[in-house]
Amino acid sequence: MTEKIAIPLNVNGEIREVVIRPADTLLDVLRNELSLTGAKPGCLNGDCGACSVIVGGTVYKSCIMLAVEAIDSKITTIEGLKNSPIQEAFIKHFAFQCGYCTPGFIINIQALLEKHSNPTYETIKEWLSSNICRCTSYEEIEGAVFSVVEKSSDE
Amino acid sequence: MHIIGKGIMRKDSLEKVTGHAKYTADFESKKMLYGRLVTSPHAHANIKQIDTSSAEKINGIRAIITGENLPLTGEEMKDRYPIAKERVRYYGEVVAVVVADTPFQAMQAAEAIKVNYEFLPVVNSPSEALKADAPLLHPDLENYEKINMVYPVPGTNIASKTKIRKGNLEKGWQESEVIVEEAFAFRPSDHAAMETRAVFAQIHPDGMIELTASSQAPFMIKRLIADYFNVELGRIIVNTPLVGGAFGGKASVQLELLAYLATKAVNGRLVKIVNEREEDMVTSPGHIGLEAQVKLGCTKEGILKAAEILFLWDGGAYSDKAIDLSRAGAVDCTGPYHIDNIWCDSLCMYTNHPFPAPFRGFSHSEVHFAFERTMDVLAQKLNMDPLELRARNAILPGHTTPTQVVLNSSTVGNLPECIRKLKMLLNWEEGQVIDVGPNKVRAKGVSCVWKTSTIDPDASSGVILTFNKDGSINLISGVVEIGTATKTVLAQILAEKLKMDINEIHVQMGVNTQSTPEHWKTVASRGTFMAGRAVLTAAEDVIKQLKSLASFLLRASTEDLEVGYGKVYVREEPKQYIPIKEIAYGYSFPEGLSIGGQMIGRGTYILRGMTHLDKETGAGRPGPEWTVGAEGVEIELNTRDYTYRVLKAVAVIDVGKVLNEKTALGQVKGSMSMGLSFAARETFRFDREGRVLNPQLRTYRPLRFGEHPKYEAAFVETPHLDAPYGARGVGEHALIGMPAALGNSLSTALSVKINYLPMIPEVLWKMKERGK
Amino acid sequence: MLAFNLEYYKPKTIEEAVECFFLLKKENKRAIYYSGGTEILTLGRLNLLQMDAVIDIKSISECLEFNFEHNQLIAGAALSLTYIEERNYFPLLSTVAKEVADHTARNKITLGGNVCGQIFYREAVLPFLLCDSNVVIAGEGGKETASIHQIFNGAFQLEEGQFLIQLLTDQEYITMPFASLKKRQQWETGYPLITVSSIKVDNRLRFAFSGLCSFPFRSTEMEDALNQANKSLHIRIQQAIDHIPAQVLDDIEGSREYRLFVLRNTLEEIITELEGEG
Repeated sequence: MTEKIAIPLNVNGEIREVVIRPADTLLDVLRNELSLTGAKPGCLNGDCGACSVIVGGTVYKSCIMLAVEAIDSKITTIEGLKNSPIQEAFIKHFAFQCGYCTPGFIINIQALLEKHSNPTYETIKEWLSSNICRCTSYEEIEGAVFSVVEKSSDE
Repeated sequence: MHIIGKGIMRKDSLEKVTGHAKYTADFESKKMLYGRLVTSPHAHANIKQIDTSSAEKINGIRAIITGENLPLTGEEMKDRYPIAKERVRYYGEVVAVVVADTPFQAMQAAEAIKVNYEFLPVVNSPSEALKADAPLLHPDLENYEKINMVYPVPGTNIASKTKIRKGNLEKGWQESEVIVEEAFAFRPSDHAAMETRAVFAQIHPDGMIELTASSQAPFMIKRLIADYFNVELGRIIVNTPLVGGAFGGKASVQLELLAYLATKAVNGRLVKIVNEREEDMVTSPGHIGLEAQVKLGCTKEGILKAAEILFLWDGGAYSDKAIDLSRAGAVDCTGPYHIDNIWCDSLCMYTNHPFPAPFRGFSHSEVHFAFERTMDVLAQKLNMDPLELRARNAILPGHTTPTQVVLNSSTVGNLPECIRKLKMLLNWEEGQVIDVGPNKVRAKGVSCVWKTSTIDPDASSGVILTFNKDGSINLISGVVEIGTATKTVLAQILAEKLKMDINEIHVQMGVNTQSTPEHWKTVASRGTFMAGRAVLTAAEDVIKQLKSLASFLLRASTEDLEVGYGKVYVREEPKQYIPIKEIAYGYSFPEGLSIGGQMIGRGTYILRGMTHLDKETGAGRPGPEWTVGAEGVEIELNTRDYTYRVLKAVAVIDVGKVLNEKTALGQVKGSMSMGLSFAARETFRFDREGRVLNPQLRTYRPLRFGEHPKYEAAFVETPHLDAPYGARGVGEHALIGMPAALGNSLSTALSVKINYLPMIPEVLWKMKERGK
Repeated sequence: MLAFNLEYYKPKTIEEAVECFFLLKKENKRAIYYSGGTEILTLGRLNLLQMDAVIDIKSISECLEFNFEHNQLIAGAALSLTYIEERNYFPLLSTVAKEVADHTARNKITLGGNVCGQIFYREAVLPFLLCDSNVVIAGEGGKETASIHQIFNGAFQLEEGQFLIQLLTDQEYITMPFASLKKRQQWETGYPLITVSSIKVDNRLRFAFSGLCSFPFRSTEMEDALNQANKSLHIRIQQAIDHIPAQVLDDIEGSREYRLFVLRNTLEEIITELEGEG
């Protein structure tokens, strides 16, 4: 079984067959086999969150997950998000500069909002401290999240 | 003004929030081979033997490159082999590069290479390096090839010595009634940009060398590869797509040299090398360390009379940009104050540490930590308000800098106004320390800042504007989009000048050194200034061409025409016009006859009036203008366990002119964040053998969401007359004062001198309870 | 990316898992039980851990149990730390778990992975040490249950082919007053300088520590010292420090002396809080 194996992955609503080594991380497979390069390698150590994706409704760091672990789950990467309010809020609040950590932050916030429509600051902080942004002051990201939360709680 | 100053949406917005923005490592090709580094686990050792035999047996291995027959490299002094030869001088230094069909094979082969080392004694700090009996890291120092203003001291570990001699120090001490002297130290650290450095390279059959690199300096890569490897300049093309954070670290040329060697070793095939985080932190250049002594003298009224400063920079194993960094630190060694008598020795020391790249602020947060902390010590001795001491000595038009440049309002801005605003924003009048008990105090600390950009005197920037048939314009500039939104600001400058809709300006985000005009390097907060000037010149060029063609069609002389709102029109009769889109590609008469052709505008800007510094006195003009500012932080400290939180950070910067409010705020607040992170938490931890113990983001910890304070930024606008709309550099300056302001707040709160970074509770505890 | 190849197995039962382990062994293959896998992947990338196969235990239903049965809380080894936090059946465990790594990482890190890890903090074990929990393990000889104190000595002392299935905790302990503090080098991110957890049982405080020595532990000697009601807090703490079972860590997170300073403060905070309660 050290040979490559063919597995199906359900990514952004499409079933994709990939041929991989069982030792390949989900991040490697998304980027190298599926050309989904939105999830970024930042540390390959589970520390920075730039590679975050949603698997079965839960946000994970795809660098510390084997692709084979995701076989039966729906995977959502940044490329699977279309016109979500948090993406628009990031633009409006200048919540990115270089943009490298942005997919990871947006995916994490998306997962947060799917779980908590009206999260407290403590919850936002607990979730978002999983990611590192080196360019902004975080206040911009905070502003973007608040703007989306306030809107959704008005509704 | 219709668009300058506004918070216009970034031109890279949609790409970046959808995950479609492409960075160097995101480009893949079936033809690619993969490079992998083998690095030294020791800080100082002789390489006795490299055994590649078992690595060679691994499938898919195409080349293994070691450090033979390579030229010495280095931007100011050539002292480094791109791959170590015979000796390694820092932990993480490259000893071999493997090229293989897949990253996995390359990794396996790298693991299989066995290197036999013979340990050498380690130089673990710049002061150790200065000792008479210190091991010599570069016995060949006197033979190294070097450029202007590099002054090594052969037979020592001094890679270069910069001297500042202004006025008469003895006279200064005689006039001084109060004198203080302080010592400071901190170790090297890292930029930790989220994107690790990446590069891929190939040599085409016609000999063209093409690299794609995550770099702030694609044009410098081209120049240095030509220089180091004796290749024709025109045969090198460097592409740079979007860059995932840089902060100075990607201004150094290092990994690119390895990619060039790798492709050369496999007959020009495409080879990609991506740093892992650990390599990015220690193998590629990081953030410089410093040991400093500052002695200050003033009158009883607090008027500074003398400054005597010694900087021992932790230049690491190789000098590369460290020499320039040590020079830049000397140039603004005193902080933004008027002092007649200054003596400074700035020594770039070789140590067995990773070597430095520029770091946002280019030595200024480092020297300001030392100087501005000493200012507070002086204020305390004088029993004077530390902001008042700063205001009394604030540098003003008519004063001279340490390198004896006579300043004016355009070149120095308005520091007193920054101080005045800071006082208000920090609510300074309520007092510097407030007991909010039990065991809790709130305290404020301040720092003034200044910085000029000591870039090459002949650095230039070019811009090309090409028209599309619909009258929209493509803006092509050599500035790299590293996150600062400079290209959005350039579009704003152009839109303002041509009075046009910014949505009709299409910015080329990437750089290709063959088709993009050169911008020296995207560093030193020079993008907006230099490329902005080039945009204005290119716009003038376009206006001239538009008027010239329209003049003939409108039957009016060019002097009577205006360009704007998508038209060329007669000034007095705006209804008499021709749409730009009808002439942007030339004009066609009804019968088919055509004149003109696609309009192409060009502009270039070269810095004015900069000179080399005098070897003995440092006198000379190092940069075009200074940005000044005043900053402060407020902390809440637990006096029992020495933990603290930063409640608020404030920066008031004289930016000359705000061009894009949102991106300017982003730069200022982002700078403060990085400055606080550096000051309060970031450092490499070395063991006695000079190994870095924390080359991961798990143990080297940048600030995280929720640890951040409230930020306030305010601007003063004293125009820099040479710059587009008067704008000064703003990308770095708010970082500069953060370490000193934090140090001053903690020192005041604890009544003890905190002169070491990072200021973690353990350091506060040691200083307070152990006095060491 | 790992520098070696792996075989991946995902058995559905305990028996299959154990069988798989020993079959691989027969082929001279080194297998590791894989739960969250975060540590295996991070250490494997750096070649600090090598293996030929991983046996993922996340499909074994016993390893995913989290419920009360016969006045005991059953906590499966493959539960993610965030799942444990969200259910909050065991508030002390939730409190300790919440401080491990970061939220996204804790979606992947499991209880079993944390307490059996190589990285020596293993903070999630502290509540179980304090509550005299039992441990269910499986191996060649089948399933067995033992007191955590028998089987955990700084690390789980598991025999070849054994793995952790569940931790069982008496319900009465779960409701007892507790306190847990994690102190870091700076602010809210990173490994601990020290983590101290405590519960109050029959008016006596129990203490367990992580980050103080190179393994997590509970020390009755230290508890005896800290529970001397007739002595001053200062003396109690000093005597407890005299009974620390191994050398106090001196590393990049903090020096030995500073750790002891932090320990004194932390013990003071916890004792003040818990002794204040009836």
